[in-house]
Amino acid sequence: MDILLQQIINGLVQGSIYALVALGYTMVYGIMGLINFAHGEVVMIGTLVSITVAGSLIEAGMPVSLAGMAGLSASVLACMALGWGLERIAYRPLRNAPRLTPLITAIGMSIVLQNLAMMIWGRNYLTFPSFLPKIDFELAGANFTAIQVIIVVVSATTMGGLLLLVYRTKLGMAMRATAQNPAVASLMGVNINRVIAAAFVIGSALGALAGVMVGSYYEIAHYQMGFMLGLKAFTAAVLGGIGNLAGAMLGGVLLGIIEALGAGYIGDLTGGFLGSNYQDIFAFVVLIVVLMFKPSGLFGEKTGDRA
Amino acid sequence: MLEVTGLHVAYGGIQAVRSITFHVGAGETVALIGANGAGKSSTLKAIARVVDAAGGDIHFCAEKISRIAAHEVIRKGIALVPEGRGVFARLSVLENLRMGAYICDAAAEVAQDMETVFAYFPRLKERARQLAGTLSGGEQQMLAIGRALMSRPKMLLLDEPSMGLAPIMVQKIFEVVRAVAADGMTILLIEQNARLALQCSQRAYVMESGEIVLNGESAKLLDDPKVRAAYLGE
Ligand SMILES: Nc1ncnc2c1ncn2[C@@H]1O[C@H](COP(=O)(O)OP(=O)(O)OP(=O)(O)O)[C@@H](O)[C@H]1O
Ligand SMILES: [Mg+2]
Repeated sequence: MDILLQQIINGLVQGSIYALVALGYTMVYGIMGLINFAHGEVVMIGTLVSITVAGSLIEAGMPVSLAGMAGLSASVLACMALGWGLERIAYRPLRNAPRLTPLITAIGMSIVLQNLAMMIWGRNYLTFPSFLPKIDFELAGANFTAIQVIIVVVSATTMGGLLLLVYRTKLGMAMRATAQNPAVASLMGVNINRVIAAAFVIGSALGALAGVMVGSYYEIAHYQMGFMLGLKAFTAAVLGGIGNLAGAMLGGVLLGIIEALGAGYIGDLTGGFLGSNYQDIFAFVVLIVVLMFKPSGLFGEKTGDRA
Repeated sequence: MLEVTGLHVAYGGIQAVRSITFHVGAGETVALIGANGAGKSSTLKAIARVVDAAGGDIHFCAEKISRIAAHEVIRKGIALVPEGRGVFARLSVLENLRMGAYICDAAAEVAQDMETVFAYFPRLKERARQLAGTLSGGEQQMLAIGRALMSRPKMLLLDEPSMGLAPIMVQKIFEVVRAVAADGMTILLIEQNARLALQCSQRAYVMESGEIVLNGESAKLLDDPKVRAAYLGE
């Protein structure tokens, strides 16, 4: 019983991070039909920037919590600039190209960013400065930490904020209109380029936040960490119905929980043949099952009605 | 008010519009009629900067607009109601109207304009919270016209407002078009339904394979034997 609760808590934490990253995929896809495979690398760079900034500030004697906030802010700003630059330099020139071209470019950008990060930060694992107090809580036999609570609360608040932005502001309305019919949106006076740039910038900011949280959760980071994280977040977006915001949120949390439960019980399920280090397979089983039986995802519109 | 000179529009090798020249004066309703594929929509799209003109000039209120960005056209005072309506299916009727007022920042003005639109189209008020995609074709056309009015345009470009609508709905839409015109709006109207277009315009141009082949007062064109034979089915 307590292992069930424990794994659900762990899954919720990991799932909140997937959800934040999945939003970056889904916003860009929703507005321009592009799967930005470089998004995982944006998250990775966000994590590494925060390590560098927070680490050197701590070394310079700044209080840990302040340095952490500075690291987070630097990471968010760096990722927003990176997302903006990616769209401007790599994707905008391909706006009218066949769909495959920007997709391949996205894969190319992901390789470029990974190598760039390797050149800057090296090949070794970097340890994340722990800027949060280590407090443990117990609930019905399950343990959880302050950082886990913070991750879930911050993610939920941020996602609530995003929904307000998209459904209650003029920019959000312009984004939804552009996603449905860019030509008509521009007739209404919407600068399509700005709206698309905004989707990239906002998605990247969410990714940076997720990157900093995942870094402080596992206290470790690496130039290749964006690959798996990105792939799983993409899976979460597909599970929820790519292009749909609420879908990405729900898909992320569900995937986190499925994975955690899978990891918790995989030993029992396979009679000890596979251990919890095989937990990654669950994400991809989910991806394959969704693609086979419900490619439009939980909340997705019917394919073809992407607009 | 609108001066189009020597306008060319081409799609790859296809010459859709071949050097046409026409004008629309302030307060006028001018019709542009012609068969399928004559190049009517392409002409409107070039004016609204949805497609690039391959040649020629477009001036609006003495200002050259043939090179401005598409999203700037509405700020100059030109609102296009596109062929096929182009409502945002997954936005509500209210949101569609607010999108029409995207360039207006004063909430009070937007609210006031919304009432004006609802006065023209009471049906839209009843459907205000409904998703635009669930409206009937006629209601969507009302919404598309109402949305265009929300930007307080100086000139309306209407691309086949009667397309695919039952006669009774066509009548309703054109009543409003006439009312809007009577309130002083300048209108360039494209129609398949030549009789209707000629009946509610002062002047008209007839297009055939990318060129203007006839023009004149609508009342005279209605009596012209060539027009009657080719476009009025007599
Ligand atoms: N995007 C496009 N690509 C290639 N050719 C096009 C495109 N749009 C229009 N055309 C061609 O240009 C010509 C004029 O088209 P246009 O839509 O302007 O005609 P129209 O007068 O509006 O016709 P209709 O009454 O059927 O709407 C047609 O031959 C059409 O096939
Ligand atoms: Mg047409």
